[in-house]
Formats: sequence, C-alpha cells, structure tokens
Amino acid sequence: MSEVLLEAKAVAKHFGGVQALREVSLSIRRGEIYGLIGPNGAGKTTFFNCMTGLYVPDGGGFVFAGAPLLADAPHRAAERGIARTFQNIRLFGNMTALENVMVGRHVRTGAGIFGAMFQNAATRAEEAAIRQKADDLLHYVRIEERADDLARNLSYGDQRRLEIARALATDPKLLCLDEPAAGMNATETAELRELIDGIRSDGTTVLLIEHDVKLVMGLCDRVAVLDYGALVIEDVPAVVQKDQRVIEAYLGA
Amino acid sequence: MTSRFFRSAVGIGLLAVALIALPFVAALGGQAWVRILDFAILYIFLALGLNIVVGFAGLLDLGYIAFYAVGAYTWALLASPHFGLHLPIWVILPIGASLACLAGVVLGSPTLKLRGDYLAIVTLGFGEIVRIFLNNLNAPINITNGPQGITLIDPVAFGSFKFSGTTQIFGLALSGPQKYYYLLVTLAILVVVINLRLQHSRIGRAWQAIREDEVAAKAVGINTRNIKLLAFAMGASFGGIAGGIFSAMQGFVSPESFSLIESIMVLSMVVLGGMGHIPGVILGAVLLSILPEALRYGIGPLQTAVFGKMLVDPESLRMLAFGLALVLVMRFKPAGLWPSPTRQRELAEAKS
Amino acid sequence: MDILLQQIINGLVQGSIYALVALGYTMVYGIMGLINFAHGEVVMIGTLVSITVAGSLIEAGMPVSLAGMAGLSASVLACMALGWGLERIAYRPLRNAPRLTPLITAIGMSIVLQNLAMMIWGRNYLTFPSFLPKIDFELAGANFTAIQVIIVVVSATTMGGLLLLVYRTKLGMAMRATAQNPAVASLMGVNINRVIAAAFVIGSALGALAGVMVGSYYEIAHYQMGFMLGLKAFTAAVLGGIGNLAGAMLGGVLLGIIEALGAGYIGDLTGGFLGSNYQDIFAFVVLIVVLMFKPSGLFGEKTGDRA
Repeated sequence: MSEVLLEAKAVAKHFGGVQALREVSLSIRRGEIYGLIGPNGAGKTTFFNCMTGLYVPDGGGFVFAGAPLLADAPHRAAERGIARTFQNIRLFGNMTALENVMVGRHVRTGAGIFGAMFQNAATRAEEAAIRQKADDLLHYVRIEERADDLARNLSYGDQRRLEIARALATDPKLLCLDEPAAGMNATETAELRELIDGIRSDGTTVLLIEHDVKLVMGLCDRVAVLDYGALVIEDVPAVVQKDQRVIEAYLGA
Repeated sequence: MTSRFFRSAVGIGLLAVALIALPFVAALGGQAWVRILDFAILYIFLALGLNIVVGFAGLLDLGYIAFYAVGAYTWALLASPHFGLHLPIWVILPIGASLACLAGVVLGSPTLKLRGDYLAIVTLGFGEIVRIFLNNLNAPINITNGPQGITLIDPVAFGSFKFSGTTQIFGLALSGPQKYYYLLVTLAILVVVINLRLQHSRIGRAWQAIREDEVAAKAVGINTRNIKLLAFAMGASFGGIAGGIFSAMQGFVSPESFSLIESIMVLSMVVLGGMGHIPGVILGAVLLSILPEALRYGIGPLQTAVFGKMLVDPESLRMLAFGLALVLVMRFKPAGLWPSPTRQRELAEAKS
Repeated sequence: MDILLQQIINGLVQGSIYALVALGYTMVYGIMGLINFAHGEVVMIGTLVSITVAGSLIEAGMPVSLAGMAGLSASVLACMALGWGLERIAYRPLRNAPRLTPLITAIGMSIVLQNLAMMIWGRNYLTFPSFLPKIDFELAGANFTAIQVIIVVVSATTMGGLLLLVYRTKLGMAMRATAQNPAVASLMGVNINRVIAAAFVIGSALGALAGVMVGSYYEIAHYQMGFMLGLKAFTAAVLGGIGNLAGAMLGGVLLGIIEALGAGYIGDLTGGFLGSNYQDIFAFVVLIVVLMFKPSGLFGEKTGDRA
C-alpha cells in the first residue's frame, strides 16, 4: 500500500504497578481506516492519550508525517494534524453546535486580540471563512438543522456527529475516533459507518478504536489487537479474525 | 426588520441624550454627586476589564487591584513634582498599561496552570505584595513616598485643555468632574465595544471553550496556557489604564486605595452583576458604587433622626451590607442579578 | 549564632500558632475541597471573646489564672458554634454549586464577621490581659519566655490529640473516608453532613486555641488580625500539602521559621535595601513558589483534581 502516516515505536506506559502499554509498535498508512481493538482495559485509550499528548509515554514514541511527535503538548498534536474524539463525548456544552465547530477552526486561523478589537478587513474575512467552513461541516455530518442549538441539548447520536465535525474542522491528516459507535443502535451505527467511509474517501486517514468488532472488521483496511497492553497482531481483518490468539483474548480463555 | 432597526436607533439616541445630560442632572445635587458618577463609570471600566479575566476566561483573580495600582503609581510618578516629571498623557497611559500588562504576564505565566481556587489565593498574595512594596519603598531610596502617598499629581490634559477646574464651552460652565465624566464615558463605551468584539471573536470562543472543557479545548489545538495568559494580560492592561485616570482625577494616590477589599469590590461587581454578561457587569458596577454612597448619605442622618445619635458607624454598616449581599446573591442568585442566558442554564445544571 | 538560635525559637513559637490555624484550613479543604476564607475571622473572634470574658472576670475579682481558663473555654465554645453555624448556613446549601460560588460566599462571610467584630469591639487595639507569670529562660545565649514554652507544648499536645482522633476513632475514619471519596463514603453509611460539620467544629476549636495564644503572646488584639494570620496559615497548609494534617503542622512550623529568619536577615541579604518591614511578603513568596513548583506541597502526595 502507500506510505506510513503514523508510526508508534515501542510505546510503553505504566500507572503505578500496572503496565498499561508494553512496547507497542504499529504503523498506520496514509489513506486507510485502521482499527484498534481489544478487550476492556487492554490499553486502547491509553495508547490514544499517549499519541494525542495527554499522557507522556514512559518509553518509545511516535513519528507522524515524517517528524517525531512531542509528548505532553496536546494542542501541538492538533496543530500537526491529529484530531480526536472522546469515548465519553466532550463537547463545549453551553456553546451552540455551530460555535463548537468554529472553535475547531482555532488552530487553522490566526486572528488575535488586535484583530478582534479593530475588526479589520482580514479579521472579518477570516471570521466569515470560519463560519462558512463550520456551516459546511455541519452539513457534512448532516446536523445543519441543529446549528443554533446548544451542544448539550443535541441527541446522543448528533453529539457524536458534532464531535466528529469539530475534529474535522482542524483539517486533520489523521482522525482518531474513540469508540464512536458506543451506545448507538443498528441504524445509527450504519449511518456512522457511511460517514467514516466518506471521510476516508475525502482523503483523511482514520484511526478507529471500537468495541463493535463487526463494525471494525467490515470497515477497516487493517486492524491491530491489543491485549493486556501488548500488541497481539496487526493485519487485514480476514487474517485477524481467524487468529487463535485474538479469539482467546476475546473469549478470555 | 426596518421597524426593529428604527427602534434600536431610537434607543441608542435616547441613551446618548441621557448619557450627555446625566452630569448636569447630578450637578443639581452638588458636585459631590458628579464625582460619585465619575467613580461609578471608572468602576464600570475596571469591572469590564476584570470581566475579561473572570467572566470570559473563567479565571478568579483576587489581586486585580494590583494592576490598577501599577497604572496609578505610573501616572503619579511620571506626572507630579515627586520626581519633577510632567509627561503628557499619551506617553504615560501607554507606559502604565504596558507595565500593568507586563506585571500580569509575569504573575500569570507561572501560575495560570493552577486550579481555580489556588489561582485566587496566589493572585491575592500578589496583590498584597504589591501593596506592601508601595507602603515601604520610601527608604532607603524614596520611590513611592510610603504610606503618605504622592500628592499634586497632574490632571489629564490634552495640550492646554485641562480636565481640572471649570471651563466655559459654548456658554456652558463645565466643572472638573463634569469634564472627567465625558472622558470616562468615552473610555467606558470603548471598553464595552472591545468586550463585545472580544466575546464574539476567535479568541473569545477559545476562552469560552477553555471554561467549558479544558481537555477538549487542548484537543482541538488551543494553546490553553497562552490563551489564558492573553486574558490575564488584557485585564491587567485595562486595570493599568483605569489606574492612570484614577490617579489624575484624584490628584493624590496612597497605598490605602489598593487594598484587598478593593479587589474584592471589583470582583463582586462582576460576580453580582452576572459574570461574562456585559449589561450585568455594568449593572453590578453601578449598584456597588452608587448604593454605598447613598447609604453613607442616608444611614447617618437616619440614625440621628430615629435614635437621636449615631449607633453604628455607617462605614461598617456599608461593609456589612456588602458582605451579606455577596453571601445572599451566591445563595439565591448564583449566576448574578442579570446573568447571560447561557450562564444561567450552566448553573441550573450544576445545581440539579 | 545566638541570634540564629533566637530567630529559630521565635519562628517555632509563631509557627506552632500557624500550624494550629492551618489545621482548620486543611481539614475543611481535605474533606470538601473548599478554601474556608472566613477561618481567619473565626480565629480573630476567638481572641476577642477570650479578652472580653477573661477581662470582665478579672475585673470582677476572679484570680487571673482561673479567668484565663474561663476565657479560653468561652472562646473555644464560641468558635465551635460559629464554625458549625458557618457551615450550616453559608456553605451547606452550596455543596454542589460550581467551585467559585462557595469561595465567594466565604469571602463575603469574612467581610461580615470582620465588620460585626468591629461593631462589637470597636476599631481600636485591645490589650490582652496577661494570664501567665513572666518568666524568662536562657539557653545557649538565646532567651525565651514561659509563654513561648507553653505555646509550643500545648500546640504539640493538641496536634498529637488530633492525629489520634483522626487515625484512631470512628469519626476520624469517617473523615478520612469522606476525604477519599464522599460518594462512596456515604454509600458505606458515613453521614457526610456530620463529618463536614465535625471538620468545621474541630477546626474552629483549634482556631480559638490559636487565637488565645496569639493574644497572650503579643498581648494585643484587633478586629483585622484574622486576615493576615489566616492567609499565612493557609500558606502553611499549602506548603505542607493541603489536605494533609501532618503536613499542615510541619508547614506551619516551617513557615514560622522561614519568616523569622527572613525578617532577621533580609537586611543583610539585600544590602540594606529591604528591611524587616517586609516580613509579611515571605509568606506570599513561599506560597507562590510552592504552588508553582510543587503544588501538591512538600509533604503531600500527588493527587488528581477532585473537582
């Protein structure tokens, strides 16, 4: 396939005596949908948090688009082109849906205090562009009708979509979704699947952490399995599905 | 649409007429009332500066008055016989604002990662340090003249037009306080516009995002530390400007004017009025600066009339009422007397 | 050498008082995450109550030592009631409000108490009746008085008692459980309201004791004395790691010594530029430096934000 976008090199993280990640190495290629699965507590979210700078790994590191990622600087990760959603949705609840997405444009825009105070032409143009882009993204995830509602008044499924729109607003090269299908019914999951597929077709690489094995196997180009903080296998779904170790990990044999 | 436009145009027109006429109405009660009005507007300015820090960015600053002090002493030192300097306003005011801003950055950069209540105590400590220095920097080199303060400070002046003393304009006699009133109203309108513009800007949205969820704000690429620092520095600069005007208007400054209770007073204007909601903050500033004066003029004579003598010192009654107001408003109207619609919902949520 | 020793002794005495007051802050903060801004005023009221009670009893002809004990008891009782009332009336209704709401209430209560005290006791400095005989001791060239010895001994004993209470009794266990996780503690049958009230009452009692000590040490009291004392004690609690009882005690003593040494040597350190009138800035500088570099305090464990 194509070139590598993100490479994890022997990433290790422990909390007290618990080894949450044991030298996990994997690589995500540009343009693919990459699934990361594993039983509860396998270290998926920890891996995510290390990658997006919320945790500092104890060992190893990440190379993203040809340059190492600095640990402990979450806002830099977004700057470099990594956007994420949260397992337990974290929206700006008292801002409207539209404003949530507009905040997502922060990192790709530059108006400062003086721009805001003097409202010069450049600032006004930028503000209009932010608004346009946010409108477009709400359309893209099909919640444009809720644009002026407060984020916290949206339905659960719409909140998930809004979080994805906010992440897309940062123009990511890699979009990381942390259990986006959690709590969704079959119809919503099917719609989500379509959305993720579309995002990839539009050129964004997707990393998907999921519990829903069926969704992952049907959607992802390649899948990695974590168990007890260690990488079990990294391969195409057809191979992963048949792997004895994966079956054991899930059945808890 | 047009009728709405027409209505708001009429509203603005009426407001403008009221603002222009106000000092003449107040003067009917004596120049003292014009001065009270001046201070109310100065407090609006200060409170809206602090509103950027507390209301927009959600940072509790209990040492705000320190930045006001920096501005006031900058003016006092650069435009008084103390050092024999008499620099013009367009030199001093920017210096005062920059020094206050610098102080904000110096204090903010190491401390803004702290949690809200720790930040409150650290800023309080900073305010006290500034006051202690102002009180004691009269020896061995006399910089601040210690507790006696600095006197004979130059008034605001543009060229030969001075804001102190009475001037005849178009056949109208304008007193010093009345002239300062128009200057202050202009400044206050400016700061209202700046507040409004900031609120609905890229930076304003980032502030609100940080207040809502700092982790999520970082995840979308907001450099939370710098953006918070920006709020702190902005607030400090406004404090510095207000301090300069205060100094010039009074003609006298001493460390006494910059005690903790002043910081608490300005904070209360923001909180009681309605954090982050500009009309609420203005209401808070007006209430807390006018009511105590009314009490001062009302309670003393009332006591003598009813009991035949002064039972309780009006000043302490005033402070007592103020403390009680803080407690009661937090208990029954925690979003303030005139909250923004959103903030009201936030608090309703937190309570349930 | 003897000046150094003298400053350390002075610092130890002052620090014991800070420690007692700091315990009030740290207990409340540890259990409910609130900076009880009004605690300094509780201490002030304790001092003034003891002056009034002891003073009038002495005037009525009671022996000085007995009057002193009566003053102390009255002050402890008054402060316990005050602490209980503060929690019940001002803070309890705000238990689930956003963090800043109770902090602002606390500031408001502090203003209310200060002004009430001014109405009752007036604006002037009050002299504290001397309960204790003035005896001086000398050790290795440093002087100290009976009252200094008593302050250190009584503080140490009281703090020992508090540790026993917290680590050896059922109430103490309930307090520790609530500090760890109030929701779980209440599921396990702990009465959270009682635990919080107990923290306020015990903290206020310790504050009253500290207030009487301050009064008898400096022989002077004033309605504004609580503010600075409270702020310094809070600094001591932060220095030791807020929420940590032993930390508050060590932090108090350490702050007392830092202040005494700082005031003694600041002139030499700055070439005479700053004098001992800057004594009060040490506490704030310590506070800022600790929070910047080690927000969990010197003896505190690293704990997450429990908001």
